[in-house]
Amino acid sequence: MTQWEVVIGIETHAQLATVSKIFSGASTAFGAEPNTQACAVDLALPGVLPVLNRKAVDCAIRFGLAIGARVAEKSVFERKNYFYPDLPKGYQISQFELPVVQGGSLTVQVGSGDKTYEKTINLTRAHLEEDAGKSLHEDFHGKSGIDLNRAGTPLLEIVTEPDMRSSDEAVAYARALHALVRWIGICDGNMQEGSFRCDANVSVRPKGQAEFGTRREIKNLNSFRFLKEAIDYEVHWQINEIEEGRKIRQATVLFDPDSGETRMMRSKEDAHDYRYFPDPDLLPLVISSEWIGEVKEDMWELPNDRKSRFEREYGLSSYDASLLNTNYDIGNYFEGVVLHALVSGERIGTELSKLAANWVINEVSAKMNQEGDGHPMWKFGVSSETLGHLLRRMREGVIGAKTAKELFTEFWEEARANNYAHHGGHPGKVDELVETRGLKQISDTGAIEALVDEVLTANPGNVAEFKAGKEKAFNALVGQVMKVAKGKANPQQVNELLKKKLAG
Amino acid sequence: MIDKSLKQLGQALAAKEISSVELTTLFLDRIARLNPEINAFVTVDRDKSLAVARAADARIANGTAGPLTGIPIAQKDIFCAEGWTTTCGSKMLANFVSPYDATVIAKLHREAGMVSLGKTNMDEFAMGSSNETSYFGPVKNPWDRARVPGGSSGGSAAAVAARLAPAATGTDTGGSIRQPAALCNLTGLKPTYGVVSRYGMIAFASSLDQGGPMAASAEDCALLLNAMSGFDERDSTSLQRPAEDYARDLEKPLAGLRIGLPKEFFGDGCDPAVMAAVQAALDEYRKLGATTVDVSLPNSHLSVPAYYVIAPAEASSNLSRFDGVRYGYRAPDYDSLDDMYMKTRAQGFGAEVKRRILIGAYVLSHGYYDAYYLQAQRIRRLIADDFVAAFKSCDVIMGPTSPSTAFKLGERAADPVQMYLSDIYTIAVNLAGLPGMSIPCGFADGLPVGLQLIGDYFAEARLLNAAHRFQQATDWHRRRPADIV
Repeated sequence: MTQWEVVIGIETHAQLATVSKIFSGASTAFGAEPNTQACAVDLALPGVLPVLNRKAVDCAIRFGLAIGARVAEKSVFERKNYFYPDLPKGYQISQFELPVVQGGSLTVQVGSGDKTYEKTINLTRAHLEEDAGKSLHEDFHGKSGIDLNRAGTPLLEIVTEPDMRSSDEAVAYARALHALVRWIGICDGNMQEGSFRCDANVSVRPKGQAEFGTRREIKNLNSFRFLKEAIDYEVHWQINEIEEGRKIRQATVLFDPDSGETRMMRSKEDAHDYRYFPDPDLLPLVISSEWIGEVKEDMWELPNDRKSRFEREYGLSSYDASLLNTNYDIGNYFEGVVLHALVSGERIGTELSKLAANWVINEVSAKMNQEGDGHPMWKFGVSSETLGHLLRRMREGVIGAKTAKELFTEFWEEARANNYAHHGGHPGKVDELVETRGLKQISDTGAIEALVDEVLTANPGNVAEFKAGKEKAFNALVGQVMKVAKGKANPQQVNELLKKKLAG
Repeated sequence: MIDKSLKQLGQALAAKEISSVELTTLFLDRIARLNPEINAFVTVDRDKSLAVARAADARIANGTAGPLTGIPIAQKDIFCAEGWTTTCGSKMLANFVSPYDATVIAKLHREAGMVSLGKTNMDEFAMGSSNETSYFGPVKNPWDRARVPGGSSGGSAAAVAARLAPAATGTDTGGSIRQPAALCNLTGLKPTYGVVSRYGMIAFASSLDQGGPMAASAEDCALLLNAMSGFDERDSTSLQRPAEDYARDLEKPLAGLRIGLPKEFFGDGCDPAVMAAVQAALDEYRKLGATTVDVSLPNSHLSVPAYYVIAPAEASSNLSRFDGVRYGYRAPDYDSLDDMYMKTRAQGFGAEVKRRILIGAYVLSHGYYDAYYLQAQRIRRLIADDFVAAFKSCDVIMGPTSPSTAFKLGERAADPVQMYLSDIYTIAVNLAGLPGMSIPCGFADGLPVGLQLIGDYFAEARLLNAAHRFQQATDWHRRRPADIV
């Protein structure tokens, strides 16, 4: 049987987080009454002209710098001509032959745990263009309504090389790109509102074959789950077609999340001739090295730089550092936790960093992952201050790890219950609950010693076993002490005292 | 009063010899009397005009008036004017009332305080050289009502020629200010591309379109250009340059002026009677101290073909917004979206506009783009280079504006190529982005002949100087049709 290789390239439309539109002064805010945020330019009244918003160019430059691409010294806006009611001018201003960002790459972690591997996806280009309006097909009694609020919203279209070989790689790329555009502050990444949408070009070929198969493009995937499902379905469908002796014809398809299938939108023969030509209303976009320098100065640490810093400054492993850099917020959160976990006079050390990293990776990320795709990655159930404070109290010996975990979970559930409208708990609350619920750990040597003596007296069998060389008996004794202490005895002290007494 | 220059009108208003309301009324009454025959105006709104005139009188009374405040002007119907129907000569926009002012309108109206008398007829979307493509019917040449006034700014030209307005705005994409100026005995100026804002000027071919003044004299044009020009942040192709007084050099003597005569403009193809008037004008210039030098624009024969690729290409895209969705004409009956588009555009556009949209779509389409559009852009560069070379040996280039005088209505309407050749001397100037003028320089069989003056980039003041000194020595520009009173 033929072994098939999947080939995927992705085009992403990221709405840029500018206050006003790319070629007019109208607001880009989402959710206003239809057509209240469309000015004369957006409506394409006779005689109006576009003026480029420099902030949109700043975003493109940021992106170019973040992916190590070439920011073109000169790029050109062209007109993509086609008729549609939500395209007021009858053409979209876009970039074609000379895009503003050329090349670059993104290295992503694919898979999880032991099966994780690193993959570098090369980017072809990223170009600036304007978004179209929206056609509203409901509530108009057989007619269609047009909302031009979105018309003219700046987009960065980001195009990869056909470098991905599985839906997992495609999703890993899309997630990393999503995290990156948010990281550098050029896109809010809100997928429900359409701020970040992906098109996937999918083809299959027999393993070992050099030339690509015929591709079909799946349009407008607005969640990572749909991206994966659509690709998996499409791959399955294409292989089946070929194995049944049919040819794949180049086409654009849509994914129907309800049926989980892709269906044909138009074939290549129906494709428009967009009649691109340079827009005579706009001069070529010239970007000086000074402009690039200004943007660079304004940018905060990029993912790879921060990953190296985490390894260097916190002594984290490369794997932990990369997990803490899957997005901007999680790394920030980690640094916040470390800071608030410091006991007075302490300086950041490896023990603390590893503890904080473990908590963020194992507890916080796990909770975030439970929320699924739609959950904004900056909405943590427990603030880094509160978690830091919990860890601090734990490290001070005030509470045990078990108590810390219980409080953390309780706080997070509180936030989840209020739909993340605010954080669960706060540092003061930690101390309050420790007090009112009597969660304080017993760290008084005398008190623990009394407990240890009590247990040793009550369990001569275990003591004898230990003395006969059975290591397990020691653990049983520790368990007994903790049981008598209702779990609140400092385990380290219990260990030490037990050892001392048994040796003596 | 109707023959006074803008400067004289300004003085009369300042001296309270006449009020703006009186002056405006005088011209509105002339329009009411003569326009039915000439068809120069498509929209007149007496109340609106008089309200502005009253405001102008108030400015004159309280001492905040400028040199043009209170003087009436006619606006080509390609400029959007708030509250005015703005049709661009098309059925497509016959019902379109603009909610905003073009920059040119705002400058003339709000800043300079001029009084708009109305909107003038034009070839549909400025596509034509005879004003016969207008949805609102042809304009008659005041010099001979059986003849065309030229186009596309034919309504503006006829309005000023018949003294229905002291001056008018025009736009020039391939000669649309200069050719009608020549055919109607006016002075018209197309500035350097980027000097006058295109914001609110309905686009025909964006890289060629340029607004400018049409009036009786160079002096009038200089004053108008002062008011119309200037950087506009709403037009990305507008040029950021220090403001200049275009009238500053009007009186400079012409001694030493080097006039370049391109041999390509003095060969075959020009009506001998037109050529005779042009030669006589050149003799006059020599008398004024100028010298003439032969120059060559070797690629000028390619300007018409290049223009008829580039202009339709841009137009085909610029006119896509007229789709019946948001404003303007929409076909009354249709059964699908595509059907609505097709019927709306089939019914809303005239034949010449459709022809150019088709040509434009064709030259931009896949597989033809390189052979037509890119090739035309290369020619455009060569043509611009020709001028740069020519201006090394001369200060101003001169020649005929149009190869013939005003032709008869209907004479060329059936033959587009013949019509396109009306602009054979003017088109290269747009392709190069240079300033050009046409000034009256005599008559052939009783019909006006225009002399074209072409300057280097930003040489408007020098062109106006050369035109003004000529007009001080001649009286061609003062003549008006004998039967217009």
